[in-house]
Amino acid sequence: MGKKLAVTGNQAVAEAMRQINPDVCAAYPITPSTEVMQRFASFVADGKVDTELVTVESEHSAMSACIGAAAAGGRVMTATSSQGLALMWEMLHIASGMRFPIVMPLVNRALSAPINIHGDHSDGMGSRDCGWIQLFSENGQEAYDNLIQAIRIAEHDDVRLPAMVCMDGFIISHSIESMEYLPDDVVRNFIGEFRPKNPLLDIENPVTYGPLVLPDFFMEFKRQQHEAMLNVKDVVLDVAREFEKISGRGYGLFEAYRLDDAELALVILNSAAGTAKDVIDEYREKGIKVGLLKPRLFRPFPYKEVAEALSSARVIGVLDRADSLGGFGPMYMEISSAMTTNGAKPLMINKIYGLGGRDFMPEHVVQVIDELKEIAETGNIRLQKDFLGVRE
Amino acid sequence: MSTTPLRLKELSKKDELLTGGHRLCAGCGAPIAVRQVLLAAEMPVIASNATGCLEVSTTIYPYSAWKIPWIHTAFENAAATISGVEAMYRSLKKQGKIKERIKFIAFGGDGGTYDIGFQSLSGAMERGHDIVYICYDNGAYMNTGIQRSSATPLGANTTTSPAGSVIPGKVQPRKNLTKIMAAHGIPYVAQTTPAHWRDLMTKVRKALDVDGPAFINVLASCNRGWRTPTDTTIADTKMAVETCFWPLYEYENGRLTINYKPKEKKPVTEFLKTQGRFKHLFSPENEGILERAQELVDREWEALLREESLYKSEEEKA
Amino acid sequence: MKGWKDLEIGAITKAGSADEYNTGSWRAFRPQWIEENCIQCLFCWIYCPDSAVTVKDGKRGEFDYLHCKGCGICARECPGKKGKKAIVMVEEGK
Repeated sequence: MGKKLAVTGNQAVAEAMRQINPDVCAAYPITPSTEVMQRFASFVADGKVDTELVTVESEHSAMSACIGAAAAGGRVMTATSSQGLALMWEMLHIASGMRFPIVMPLVNRALSAPINIHGDHSDGMGSRDCGWIQLFSENGQEAYDNLIQAIRIAEHDDVRLPAMVCMDGFIISHSIESMEYLPDDVVRNFIGEFRPKNPLLDIENPVTYGPLVLPDFFMEFKRQQHEAMLNVKDVVLDVAREFEKISGRGYGLFEAYRLDDAELALVILNSAAGTAKDVIDEYREKGIKVGLLKPRLFRPFPYKEVAEALSSARVIGVLDRADSLGGFGPMYMEISSAMTTNGAKPLMINKIYGLGGRDFMPEHVVQVIDELKEIAETGNIRLQKDFLGVRE
Repeated sequence: MSTTPLRLKELSKKDELLTGGHRLCAGCGAPIAVRQVLLAAEMPVIASNATGCLEVSTTIYPYSAWKIPWIHTAFENAAATISGVEAMYRSLKKQGKIKERIKFIAFGGDGGTYDIGFQSLSGAMERGHDIVYICYDNGAYMNTGIQRSSATPLGANTTTSPAGSVIPGKVQPRKNLTKIMAAHGIPYVAQTTPAHWRDLMTKVRKALDVDGPAFINVLASCNRGWRTPTDTTIADTKMAVETCFWPLYEYENGRLTINYKPKEKKPVTEFLKTQGRFKHLFSPENEGILERAQELVDREWEALLREESLYKSEEEKA
Repeated sequence: MKGWKDLEIGAITKAGSADEYNTGSWRAFRPQWIEENCIQCLFCWIYCPDSAVTVKDGKRGEFDYLHCKGCGICARECPGKKGKKAIVMVEEGK
């Protein structure tokens, strides 16, 4: 087994990257993910990895260079946050459309304007449709574990898609927590050698990457990407089973916390789920059947499994740390789709919380659970979508 | 390894690395330049290509005219993309997973190079990747239908700088990208045309031989945008050099050499008058623009001559 | 045409496959090679945008009419012999 340490989320992610030892990293600094590449640059400078680090002049070039490097034929990583991801947006689609298994920690931060450096999920949710696998992490341990698993998932022959591993900016990236690292050789054996597919550097077998595809073929390639996404769920579960053997830590498509018989359910991503668990315990002690679903795999979204996990819930409160202004929060839309597609008709409310790093406190969880309770009793929803902890 | 002499008879024996059957317009200057670049290379090369006419027309799925490994990702990032390919090459070479010597080329039009791809180009050059960036400059965004770029010459009629009744075509002079690249202090920078095939191929070889970044700016005519017949591609391009609108020169480790000095420098109107995009400039009310165009050419040419003579006199002193 | 299950992922294309594509149908004028006026300078070959001048052992052969688009650069740049062009453009179908 590995060793226990007290480290920040960024440190843990950088350590995972050192152990993964990618062939190329191309990155541009941005708060709060800067520290990841900064630490990684030290590993490069000290010869602790074989990586060529390309210190590009923008995130757009970071992802462009990652794509070039992936096409050349090797393991490629980068890291970013917020505006950096937004600047990459064009290239995110190209990475997935070209089917390159690039892996990227995304340290979640609010998108401008107003400019704000703190954590929310507007960056990750904004890239929901870019064709990347998205794994979310409650804490530094999960971010570390997810990053190592993401390599296997992305590079799987049935998948070959890029993956981003999300964790909350500052709340996780800069907070010290106790966690466990796996030994280097265990990580290296787990991820295995990179297997290139049609590498550009194979000069004996030249290929053309990135041709113009017109209406006669375009949809076929999108259908292929969809198929690859459909394959992800099984691969995630297989990889998680293997990971449990080396780490003792089990993962699924999501975490169901006290959800089996729950009549009231919360759905919350990432660090806020930790806060909610404590409050749920208090309510359970009072005999109130409340539980939590914390999604881990957001893209592809496991609709059927989520609906089944929430099947006992009569009222569901979906909390979103990002908003689709003028619509429901992105997580609400998914949960709503999951439930209706599976024929369930729970009462549902949507709470937007924690934007721009606004504190999410136990009293907010209390407020939501009390509201769910009231809805269960009266059958009435006062406000379908509302903001938590915002001043009038 | 012996080097193929730069004689057409010998060069014609080499493999053609850009096939026919691409969908570039009849008479396009870009594929002439690309063929010459690939013929000049004496080692395996891998290319990236910015979005543009060359990229689109050579790779309409399921066809590709490229016989070398080639990648297109987007418009503004041919330099960043090839940086990544080259970085992977260095990584795998360092790890002993690859043995061959491979060189890396990025192709971009003036849109993808002077404008939207300028940052990515500058970054890649500054980082010192072992790459050659080749801009085929046809002086406008031809792929989207002849919109002005920062490479468009003064006075040119384009679809976003139309020759109107109040504004007579493009108001601004062109940006001197070759000089800007020279200011990056990279080992090799040059300017050439496919009409001067031996000059172009010599420069490509020098650029490929350099260990580090190199930039070559190639004037490549566009019949649609220049509004010229399809058969005058080479003739028009030669005239750009004879008028010193497009001087042939190079910077080797910062030292300037002018590779060709016309015996008799022709007036720039000789270059402009055969092209429909400048037709309106020959109306009496636009005489001033022609004068300014000549001044711009003269100023650049004289500055080059002065700069070159400085190096020469320094060398004589030493 | 292939369906999604049979296409190589990522839309990669076989290098050089455009060689099979006919752009010769674009021609309004076709270049005609007059061998007796040819001095084998190969300017036609080096200036061809469509790789449509065949050369074997350093000597030019026939035009590749599958690819030639009839731009006429070769005819214009042809120095010919004693003022007589070795390449002339003739209207297609005549």
